[in-house]
Amino acid sequence: MESLVTLLVFAPLVGAIVAGLFGRRIGDVASQAVTTGLLMLACGLSWYTFIQWTWGHMEPFTVALAPFINIGDFQSAWSIRIDGLSAVMLVVVTSVSSLVHLYSWGDMAEDDSKPRFFAYLSLFTFAMLALVTAADFMQLFFGWEGVGLASYLLIGFWYKKSTASAAAIKAFVVNRVGDFGFALGILTVFWMFGTIQFAELFPLIASKAGTGWVFLGHNWSALDLAGALLFVGAMGKSAQFFLHTWLPDAMEGPTPVSALIHAATMVTAGVYMVCLLSPMFEYAPVAKQIVTLIGAVTALFAATVGLAQNDIKRVIAYSTCSQLGYMFFAAGVGAYEAAMFHLFTHAFFKALLFLGAGSVIHGMHHEQDMRRMGNLWKYLPFTYAVMTIGTIAITGIGIPGLGGFAGFYSKDTIIEAAFAAGQHSGVGFFAFFIGVFAAGLTAFYSWRLAFMTFHGTAKWGHDAHHADDHAHAAHDDHAHDDHGHGHDHTPHESPLVMLIPLGLLAIGAIAAGFVFVDYFVGHHEAEFWRGAIFSGEHNHVLHEAHNVPTWVKWAPLVVSTLGLLVAVWVYLIKEGMGAAIAARRGPLWTFLYNKWFFDELYDATFVRLARFLGDVFWKGGDQRIIDGFGPDGVAAVSRAVGKRTGQLQTGYVYHYAFVMLLGVAGLLTYALYQWSR
Amino acid sequence: MTGILSLTTFLPMAGVAAILLLKTFGQTGERADTAAKWIALVTTLATFALSVLLVVQFDQADPGFQFLEEIPWFAGLSYRMGVDGISILFVLLTAFLLPLCVIASWKSIDKRVLEYMIAFLVLETLVIGVFCALDLILFYLFFEAGLVPMFLIIGIWGGKNRIYAAFKFFLYTLLGSVLMLAAVLTMIGVAGTSSIPELMRYQFADWLQPWLWIAFFASFAVKMPMWPVHTWLPDAHVEAPTAGSVILAGILLKMGGYGFMRFSIPMFPDASQMFAPLVFGLSAIAIVYTSLVAFRQTDIKKLIAYSSVAHMGFVTMGIFSGNAVGEQGALFQMLSHGVISGALFLCVGVVYDRMHTREIAFYGGLVNRMPFYAAVFMLFTMGNVGLPGTSGFVGEILTMTGVYQASTWTAFVSASGVILSAMYALTLYRRVVFGEMTNPALAQITDLDRREMLIFAPLIISTLYLGVQPDVVFNITGASVDALVGAWRAALAG
Repeated sequence: MESLVTLLVFAPLVGAIVAGLFGRRIGDVASQAVTTGLLMLACGLSWYTFIQWTWGHMEPFTVALAPFINIGDFQSAWSIRIDGLSAVMLVVVTSVSSLVHLYSWGDMAEDDSKPRFFAYLSLFTFAMLALVTAADFMQLFFGWEGVGLASYLLIGFWYKKSTASAAAIKAFVVNRVGDFGFALGILTVFWMFGTIQFAELFPLIASKAGTGWVFLGHNWSALDLAGALLFVGAMGKSAQFFLHTWLPDAMEGPTPVSALIHAATMVTAGVYMVCLLSPMFEYAPVAKQIVTLIGAVTALFAATVGLAQNDIKRVIAYSTCSQLGYMFFAAGVGAYEAAMFHLFTHAFFKALLFLGAGSVIHGMHHEQDMRRMGNLWKYLPFTYAVMTIGTIAITGIGIPGLGGFAGFYSKDTIIEAAFAAGQHSGVGFFAFFIGVFAAGLTAFYSWRLAFMTFHGTAKWGHDAHHADDHAHAAHDDHAHDDHGHGHDHTPHESPLVMLIPLGLLAIGAIAAGFVFVDYFVGHHEAEFWRGAIFSGEHNHVLHEAHNVPTWVKWAPLVVSTLGLLVAVWVYLIKEGMGAAIAARRGPLWTFLYNKWFFDELYDATFVRLARFLGDVFWKGGDQRIIDGFGPDGVAAVSRAVGKRTGQLQTGYVYHYAFVMLLGVAGLLTYALYQWSR
Repeated sequence: MTGILSLTTFLPMAGVAAILLLKTFGQTGERADTAAKWIALVTTLATFALSVLLVVQFDQADPGFQFLEEIPWFAGLSYRMGVDGISILFVLLTAFLLPLCVIASWKSIDKRVLEYMIAFLVLETLVIGVFCALDLILFYLFFEAGLVPMFLIIGIWGGKNRIYAAFKFFLYTLLGSVLMLAAVLTMIGVAGTSSIPELMRYQFADWLQPWLWIAFFASFAVKMPMWPVHTWLPDAHVEAPTAGSVILAGILLKMGGYGFMRFSIPMFPDASQMFAPLVFGLSAIAIVYTSLVAFRQTDIKKLIAYSSVAHMGFVTMGIFSGNAVGEQGALFQMLSHGVISGALFLCVGVVYDRMHTREIAFYGGLVNRMPFYAAVFMLFTMGNVGLPGTSGFVGEILTMTGVYQASTWTAFVSASGVILSAMYALTLYRRVVFGEMTNPALAQITDLDRREMLIFAPLIISTLYLGVQPDVVFNITGASVDALVGAWRAALAG
């Protein structure tokens, strides 16, 4: 088993190295085949591991590969930790990644640097696997920033596009803001417990419950401080409120990237970390409340912004942001299992929606604006079918007691857990309320997307297209010279290599819920997780979630149906109403359309402040004050003296050599004097 | 193995002698230049081989000085040499970078090649001497004399404003040197010995320690350089030829950090403890201040020079953290910065050699014609921002960890440096490498040639290897660092 999981983790790295270093030599097809093949191997091994874990009663274990940093108590090693959490993540990561690799054969067919693309994808997968199998904070951080690097490289993949490289930097820097907190959290944990290894750390945590810790001159509750700092890292990686601004911009990258990194896997790393650190958060009530609050606010915020966006990928990006918020408030109220379950199901249906959107964009010749789509169901029937499945899954449609698609199980569990927690805490009830409300918004924007894209009148006719040729050109300035299909702009269904992944993900979006609900959050929950998730002795949220009043169980369905009906009304029955609302540019619409003005706010404050301070320090501090009173001031004086004595030409080098010689001579004289006494 | 240290130190002088012979026999012109380059290359490679042998022979379990040499000189002075786990690292780094400098100068230097190579070889001897000297006066001689070839390299082979840069460098250094000289004399007078190991055991009086500490600090702080005595560095870098910048950033700056660990802490432990908050403050300011300044630069080299100052901030705070994690981190950061910043200056040199400008605005879209260069530059940019997996990460996280114990405020402020470094480094990369190639002057620019790849290969390997297996360094430095920290704690307790 140990060699199998080692092979599993390193297979994508091998693929990345082969395609990255030798891609030009071995050619496109070989690079694609090697990376995809190795990913499929990793995927097979992951499922094998997962099956062994779920039904084979495999024990958790850790493979120690090599030492990393070892100084005193600061001990870390390269290792592979296999337990319930990492087994789930392995399956999620490698499944989506291998399907995305396959899908990219079609989606990236026209690109002229395919080996580089596949190398990045595989590199990302390796970093993500290193992250989820880490046994200590250093390797976790390695994977954490490694996926950030891959994300940066892939967002900026089309480097000629200025917006793409700007978005790439934004993603990296905003994530670094999160990592700033994360790093401080790691340092706090190290000095608090004298270890950064999870296996050593977790048993020690209870001993610090209720104690204080001095940080920045203030005495904090020790575990709340550590938890909150670490959570800042999760906020960055998982694009939570305040640190979310990079995720929508990340859509500048190729669509398969959005599906893999910015929907299914990397952005869930924050949720994974909070669940992994459940032994700490269970003793950190304030930190848990922060997690709940931020998660709930994000769920609401992103859903509202999603209502008003027109770029098909951005709608899904905000949807992702919102769903991550659900996962966080689930973890925050103590239902870590539900958070992981939603992470699991969400990976399938969100990857499906993104790849489906990619298929639409592909079929529409790089059109991303939903206002120029419509009536596509005739032309992309398969894509239409799977996108509908994905939409049903994300809106959580299902009959309580009977069953439904994947999202129904996980999202309803989260909402019920929040309700259960809400019986004891205001924050929990707030999360419940938001969760239900945002479910309605989710239904509205998801169906809006489906209707605008696939139904209604076609807005992509020849004339409509020409009128917007200018805007259109901005979208496909990347290696799409031939425009592939002559002057025929009729949308077309995508090739089989793209449809197969869509089909498989659709199966996941249907079945991932009812197949696994008992294992993740149901009767077999305890034996499934086997200690990977820790619940404090007063934490019965998951149990209570199963016994909530009937109206709570039905509330999400009612609200979602409401959202669906409004979408039907606005975008099908009264088609054009949505455009009319937008055209009015009312204050609420403007506020949502501009994403609550976060970019403008940050630009006006942080970005400008950094530029301003940089200039002040450089021109004021360095040049005027330090140099002015320092060397330049002295220079002015010495020039004045130099003019008089006419020695300026001798050069400073000789000055220096002379002075030094004098110094040495003096020194030797002195020493001679000292010792000859 | 007696004598191996002196051999390593003075081997470059054999190269100098050979080149001088060449000159005396009236050899000039291109053939002589080529011969001088080869002599320099062979000599520096031989020195590197010797330094590797040193590391292999080094007993990692022994915290004390090894390969000791002691030859009585005159009037009670001795020629004392020896290395411990701290200094051997710098010997290796110096010997590693010098051959690369010679190769990097192969084509870009076309005037006074013989003298240029002599300057570099002399510099190598003096710098290795600094790290091997176990006698205070010997150290001082190496330490101060080492700057002369550096002045010459900037002053003769430098850019347009080389005189101004050399002058600034001179003024700052002079300030430090004078004070340090006074301190050296006082110490020898008080302790009655100039042997560094003996001075490390000597207890200077409580009232004297702060004064001596300040005097040494003046010199080392300028070298590091620490804020606010850093303004010479950007100018020196901008004017220096590429190889000069590599040595300056890679090695000369480290003499300051080495000095803190060799003199300030073991010899003035109480003063070091007393002034640690000052160092923390200056380090934290340096990290934020110079990162922000770097963000606004329009000259590639200046930007990297400012980023050097910020990275040295991590070193100084780590050194004074007072725990093994911080000290190890500081040492590692110096080593890693030597490799990464050296490589970054070489990256600048690549495009400067082709276009003769360092203006960021001149470039853009280089990846279109220089994919290999783009990849190499990306790797070292990531090293510079401290991405885990590169050596840059290890030093940063360890120094922050170390200083957290002493001052959470310093850890907090310095941690914000990881945001700022990403900001300036990635913006630079984007403006130079990404985008469309709009400047017609760049249309014919060529990618890295074999010689340039040969230079970068060892730097790439070191950056990645040290990033994944930093323990190889900690194994060498471990015993000596533990001894240093232990002695410091004992001195404070006693």
